[in-house]
Amino acid sequence: MTTAAAAGSPVDGILATASIVLSLLIAVWALVAAVRHRAPDRLQFVGLAVLEVALLGLAVVALVALGGGERPGEPGAFFGYLVTLVCLPPLAWVLARMEPTRWGSAIVCAVCLVTPVVVVRLQQTWEVVGG
Amino acid sequence: MAEQRATNRGPGRLLIAVYILFAIAATSRAGLQIATKFDEAPVAYLLSALAALIYIVAAVGLARAGHAGRRVALACCSVELVGVVGVGILSLADKELFPDETVWSGFGSGYGYIPLVLPVLGLLWLWRTRHDPA
Repeated sequence: MTTAAAAGSPVDGILATASIVLSLLIAVWALVAAVRHRAPDRLQFVGLAVLEVALLGLAVVALVALGGGERPGEPGAFFGYLVTLVCLPPLAWVLARMEPTRWGSAIVCAVCLVTPVVVVRLQQTWEVVGG
Repeated sequence: MAEQRATNRGPGRLLIAVYILFAIAATSRAGLQIATKFDEAPVAYLLSALAALIYIVAAVGLARAGHAGRRVALACCSVELVGVVGVGILSLADKELFPDETVWSGFGSGYGYIPLVLPVLGLLWLWRTRHDPA
């Protein structure tokens, strides 16, 4: 019963954890850059790209689970968060490219602080019924 | 190092980024609430939709800058500040009025009080860039 619920969430695995950790690491790195008056560097953009790949992987895992007949607790909210989530790193990327100053790094930091929150909300909206 | 003083550059761009994030958050939330359970708390959900609209218009105003853009942003930030403080007070005074959470309930406590800080930062930024020629 509880084991089925625990095994049931496709957005609660290593990919989700990795996304959260990576996102926070980028946020810290970008914050350091912003404090030091540095524009977004290569590492920030590579980080955003890797983060996007991880989030897309998370989305694919979720869609596969949906294809297998599993259903999130709050479908509407779940899809809302999922779509928002995969849009966040590209948003940070585009704005950081437009702003090659310390404030570009600040934008990367802000978006990478929001991303983990959205991942956690995504997990919560899946688990409402099963939990 | 001379930092830019244009409304839509530098710190302004960070402000725009945060406004975009809140526009997305408020729009999705309001859209979902209105689509799935409008009857439960119509006032709260319409307010969410209004907040969402204001965030979108504010982001556009700040991004467009110029005379008109700054006017629009100024109006949005002012309405936002009044809204978040007003709804914050009302939601504390009379919980019946907003049976479900909105972006502005409890002074935006559900969103780390950023809804309360954001219009203040917006107004400060508009003030600091008041000589923006663009």
